[in-house]
Amino acid sequence: MINLSLKSLNQGLLEKKFSSVELTQFFLERVQKYNTDINAFITIDEEKSLAQAKYADTLIQSGKQSLLTGIPVAQKDIFCAAGWRTTCGSLMLDNFIAPYNATVIDKFNQVGAVNLGKTNMDEFAMGSSNETSYYGPVKNPWNHDLVPGGSSGGSAAAIAARLAPAATGTDTGGSIRQPASLCGFSGLKPTYGLVSRFGMIAFASSLDQAGPMAPSAEDCAALLNVMAGHDEKDSTSINHDKEDYLVNLDQSVKGLRIGVPKEFFEEGLDGQVQQVIEEALNTYKKMGAELINISLPNTHLAIPVYYVIAPAEASSNLSRYDGVRYGYRAKEYDDLMDMYFKTRQQGFGEEVKRRILIGTYVLSAGYYDAYYLKAQKIRQLISNDFKKAFQQCDVIMGPSAPSVAFKANEKKSDPLAMYLQDIYTISTNLAGLPGMSIPAGMVNNLPVGLQLIGNYFKESQMLNVAHAFQQETDWHQKVPKGVI
Amino acid sequence: MEWDIVIGIETHVQLRTHSKQFSGASVAYGSEPNSQACLVSLAYPGVLPVLNKAAVDCAIRFGLATDASIARRSIFARKNYFYPDLPKGYQISQFELPIVNHGKLTIITKDQEKEVRILRAHLEEDAGKSLHGIVQGKTGIDLNRAGTPLLEIVTEPDMSSAEEAVVYAKKLHELVQWIGICDGNMQEGSFRCDVNVSVKKKGETKLGTRREIKNLNSFRFIKQAIDYEVNWQIETLEDGGKIDQATILFNPETGETRAMRSKEEANDYRYFPDPDLLPLEVTDAMIDKIKSTMPELPATIAERFEKELGLSSYDALELTSSREVTNFFTETIKFGSSAKLSANWILGSLFSQLKENDLSISSCPILPAQLAALIKRIEDQTISNNAAKKVFDALWQKPASEIDGLIDELGLKQISDSGAIDQIVDEVMQTNISMVDEFKSGKDKAFNALVGQVMKASKGKANPTQVSEILKKKLIN
Amino acid sequence: MSINQKDIQKIAYLARINVSEEESRILETKLGSIMTMIDKMQEVITDNVEPMSHALEVTQPLREDVVTEKDIRGNALELAPEVEQSTFIVPQVIE
Repeated sequence: MINLSLKSLNQGLLEKKFSSVELTQFFLERVQKYNTDINAFITIDEEKSLAQAKYADTLIQSGKQSLLTGIPVAQKDIFCAAGWRTTCGSLMLDNFIAPYNATVIDKFNQVGAVNLGKTNMDEFAMGSSNETSYYGPVKNPWNHDLVPGGSSGGSAAAIAARLAPAATGTDTGGSIRQPASLCGFSGLKPTYGLVSRFGMIAFASSLDQAGPMAPSAEDCAALLNVMAGHDEKDSTSINHDKEDYLVNLDQSVKGLRIGVPKEFFEEGLDGQVQQVIEEALNTYKKMGAELINISLPNTHLAIPVYYVIAPAEASSNLSRYDGVRYGYRAKEYDDLMDMYFKTRQQGFGEEVKRRILIGTYVLSAGYYDAYYLKAQKIRQLISNDFKKAFQQCDVIMGPSAPSVAFKANEKKSDPLAMYLQDIYTISTNLAGLPGMSIPAGMVNNLPVGLQLIGNYFKESQMLNVAHAFQQETDWHQKVPKGVI
Repeated sequence: MEWDIVIGIETHVQLRTHSKQFSGASVAYGSEPNSQACLVSLAYPGVLPVLNKAAVDCAIRFGLATDASIARRSIFARKNYFYPDLPKGYQISQFELPIVNHGKLTIITKDQEKEVRILRAHLEEDAGKSLHGIVQGKTGIDLNRAGTPLLEIVTEPDMSSAEEAVVYAKKLHELVQWIGICDGNMQEGSFRCDVNVSVKKKGETKLGTRREIKNLNSFRFIKQAIDYEVNWQIETLEDGGKIDQATILFNPETGETRAMRSKEEANDYRYFPDPDLLPLEVTDAMIDKIKSTMPELPATIAERFEKELGLSSYDALELTSSREVTNFFTETIKFGSSAKLSANWILGSLFSQLKENDLSISSCPILPAQLAALIKRIEDQTISNNAAKKVFDALWQKPASEIDGLIDELGLKQISDSGAIDQIVDEVMQTNISMVDEFKSGKDKAFNALVGQVMKASKGKANPTQVSEILKKKLIN
Repeated sequence: MSINQKDIQKIAYLARINVSEEESRILETKLGSIMTMIDKMQEVITDNVEPMSHALEVTQPLREDVVTEKDIRGNALELAPEVEQSTFIVPQVIE
């Protein structure tokens, strides 16, 4: 059952081969068995999950089901789910029982999907290795000494170890795509505004997007069908015509123009990873696509720009965590100021505090123009780079991450080294474009992801292009040894 | 040493909407604490703001009413600071690109017209309330008010006295009610002024350091606070001291101002455009639609009252101090009473009765129709002005009465029959020969004394105009 | 642009986060290198470039002025660290 696609699982439910309760129980047992090792989940609530599964079964009985009905989905612990503890990987929200559903959660509930549990993540989505979580690091199922990537490390490990057939993540600088690359599965970050951010705990508001994580592109399409849609509770939610992302999966990629940015193949990219990517591009060529050399000249500025904008927005978004209305409050304090200072010192981890301080600094008096404003201008330049590129090609491809999964603690104490993990993914978020990572090969028995970047609202095309690769290759079906 | 006073005012106006600026929670006043604090008001993780259309309409109305330019594109910005009644740790406001720019409000002080320039007006949200005394040594936070739509109206430092400041504040207070964007209830906090005060040596061009007096919610406090602060600043400077920029509070009990306790670096608000909101677009169509629903502005109506009805500019101004007063006046004259007399009666007797009984004109027991009827009886000489005052008082006690009925009841019908008056005049002249002689020998005052006697003899009922005419004729002969 | 101790104290104050002396020293190094990386931005000229706040040319949607939210006080007060008479209690606010 663990290698069945969402379509097949749906088929199984329809044909009464198993019920949603049985399916959910099956995955809950796997979680019980394997989670202690890899620490992919922060919260499991069997009672709640099974209650949802029961409800799903009634939907299936009465013929009111859709593709995701009865399917267990692991939810990144960044989505508020009513009645569920929602921690965002932080002590700050360790005792926070969300009083409402994020729109994404609502959408899954409406189609009768099952919340399998809340997955581990870098604290407040800040990280690329899932080592900053208050609830301990997540281990990469391919090799427990290695990181799964981040910030959606828990969802990533859950998919890789097949503890869940589907999961959600969020991507602000690469937090879906980089873990997808390091853990060998398919992950998609939609166009900014396609999926509602209401109820998704904010990190960097102008960059955050929720997206699907699953073994295959086809699975991702099915998940995106549920997740996408205009939400009037989110002012930045785009009023885009509803699409069926499954409909165009099987188009041919003959004549597809693939842009290959030279800046994605410079120093910093592991030689063996580069080989895998080049082979993947060759596969596309064999399928009839055309490879075109393009340039995204401002790529090298993406990280500095990101590390101004994201911390700036985060520093403001995280001001609400003050111990007044919910969440962590320091046990002892002398007065109001002391309460604020101690609560926020104790409640936040090191990386979060670092980013809040940077963000505060770049917005402070005298520095706004040189930093925040400057960054927003370069962001325009980066966006223009893509606009130009998309005049020459239909989709852009390159590596998702500069290396395969690295050792735990290797980059933990060197923030800059950690930030470089996102070097290929960040510019996509800055431009607001959709991006994907799909498994493209192995190096030393560790997965390597191929990144796809599409034009605005071209998720359907991007999924089609990804799906085509997954018809020609079977990297996306590889499962780590020891995962039974 | 002579000093110039320089004053600028920032007014926070709570907009008359049903729901909050960025969420669908209610803004009704006086509810149980936190019963109107929704997910967004409480700043839970993951919530997002969505802008209230009616608040935008209010801002546009204000821009139109003050001849301002309305930005076709304005941006919301976050003002970051920590305070328990500010749940997000930032206030959503507008910084570099506000919705309204460069308007004006004309005020009249000492019969001089002055234009106060309104630099800008922008949309923002109100904070919650801090309640002291619920627990000893602690503060209770009520977030009902958090998120209420505000329009912050900022003037240039154009006012040069406490009097001008108060007149401006009153005028603005009238205007925002007039155009229906605010209920004007100062006790409930619907209209609050922060007053920036500085002084400089007379004739000096460079402005002095200003101090900001926060949260004044009565016109009396505005005057008292400014007077105290100006005095304090002048004294400090004359003693060789220096004024530091500060935010200060006015204590109504002591009548004094004092600086708030906060560190110097405290207020770096780190403004940046709010990424959760998109640029606000205002189209010509939106503005035209609102224009078509705008009431005539007081200044326009006042001008018409002066030109077409011949009222004095003072009366015209007073009659356009609120829509209710204007409506009462126009309703009254519809029934045929003259504009001048109607104005006098409304601004005189009616206003003073209302004030004495602490009533607003909307709760006036006397209807325009009745006032008009009363005034017409003066105009058609049925009663004298003095008699009318008595009828008015009686009417106030028994508002449902008919005017003619009251006149009869009180026996106040004027004697206008010239024959009857003639007789009384003759009688008085005969019994007051000395007064007649005094008049004839050049003492004009004696005339009024004789008139007085006639009025007395007629028990006040003789038509005074006719008395004067008849008496004059007889004396000359 | 390097960050010094004074800067760190100032921004820690603005962000209401206690930073011990030791932490402050570590931060000076770590934040310093991050700021050096960020300073790469100054390499490029952006005089005639508009800052980008949103990817697409979209404007703020407007919400009809109706009350849609009901009283959630019960739940809200339950989630709070300290409450009294339906208010959120904090140490006394002194102005």
